[in-house]
Amino acid sequence: MAAKKIGTPLTGEVVQGLRVGDEVEISGVVYQARDAAHKRLVALIESGEELPFELEGAVVYYMGPSPAKPGNVIGSAGPTTSGRMDAYAPVLMAHGLKGMIGKGLRSQAVKDAMREYKAVYFAATGGAGALLAQRIVANEVIAWPELGAEAVARLEVVDFPAIVVNDCHGADLYEEGRAKYAR
Amino acid sequence: MSSVRDIDVAEITATVRHLCMEANFDLPEDVYAALEAAKGSEESPTGRAVLDQLTENADIARADRVPICQDTGLAVVFADVGQDVHLVGGDFEAAVNEGVRQGYGEGYLRKSSVFEPGHARLNTKDNTPAIVHTRLVPGDSVRLVVMPKGGGAENMSSLHMLKPSQGAAGIVDAVVETVSRAGSNPCPPVVIGVGIGGTIDKVTQLAKRALVRDIGSRHADERLAAMEDEMLARINALGIGPQGLGGTTTALAVFIEEAPCHIASMPVAVNVQCHAQRHKMATI
Repeated sequence: MAAKKIGTPLTGEVVQGLRVGDEVEISGVVYQARDAAHKRLVALIESGEELPFELEGAVVYYMGPSPAKPGNVIGSAGPTTSGRMDAYAPVLMAHGLKGMIGKGLRSQAVKDAMREYKAVYFAATGGAGALLAQRIVANEVIAWPELGAEAVARLEVVDFPAIVVNDCHGADLYEEGRAKYAR
Repeated sequence: MSSVRDIDVAEITATVRHLCMEANFDLPEDVYAALEAAKGSEESPTGRAVLDQLTENADIARADRVPICQDTGLAVVFADVGQDVHLVGGDFEAAVNEGVRQGYGEGYLRKSSVFEPGHARLNTKDNTPAIVHTRLVPGDSVRLVVMPKGGGAENMSSLHMLKPSQGAAGIVDAVVETVSRAGSNPCPPVVIGVGIGGTIDKVTQLAKRALVRDIGSRHADERLAAMEDEMLARINALGIGPQGLGGTTTALAVFIEEAPCHIASMPVAVNVQCHAQRHKMATI
């Protein structure tokens, strides 16, 4: 199956056209944010302050890279376990977030929010950080540099490979895939 | 009286520094071979595509000397120190930590250690302190193993204080249940270290140490080898597959380490390791 090419920011129309199992290649800007950054983003929303990036249509990448070697755009850059961001993801979706890239299981609350706000969850291959880094062509820290690997960065990706694990229609590839091959 | 061999702790530092980088850049041959072999048996096309990505990733990391995974782990260090060794020139654990500091700095490896886990969670900035397991052994050499341990898989590990009446079946169930609950989170296909016996501190160390074994090696105790086979078969029947996307390759190997335990106890620890079963060894 050929990968679907999609661009960011994501529109509701693109999100609604995606189904679990779809292989995609994402191009455009995605925002790197993991545990500490999520805590701060939600605190800003709760206090009504401005966020470091526009959430409407945005895609976040749950990732904290290794340091870039001299001459490289970024270090290794594969996904981290998404479940740790479950406490924060519904609030971000309520404020416009459309896509999440990570790996691993999401909570029911996150899956419900994805249906309600029309958002999509993609898995990239965990532990393929050297390979995935080659699809990142620009990298600029835009907030909280003191967090190091946990800072928020604006990343430009080209044909970044991922697979739709949870779509906005309520399907879950982790459940479907497992049921298919369980003996 | 047997002679004593002086080893300068600077040599410990240099070796740990080197091992930290090699472990993160160079996937062990046995792990690479296991991933290759899994491509032949994996029934899911998506699973096979993931396995292709993993070996391609390992090739890039090895050639470009970049980390296999951005989570370059906490540095777990096993040090078997010969009792005829006299360590000179400084403090042993400080020397290990200096090696970690240098390796993680010069290798552009991620610093993932934080102070005050329940409070400020401030990064220690140099990936120290290492998790050091030292034991005294016969001989006049020092064997060092560095195992960078990522957070995603470690978080899925478990400890079970089973009742002796639960027997071997209870042990197998606890291990399979741990992997089942972990699902896609620990980056399958995983490698599973199982500790059986001892006390809670002993059993978790057994589980961690079990992960040093080479994939493809058979446990010397036929009873435990059969148990490893049974666990692996049941884990691979779960359907989780590479990256949890469905498939027949959920684990590459299960390794058991056993120790005697209290008459009232049957501790079991399950240490989950991701597909990047990183570890490198050197003897001084």
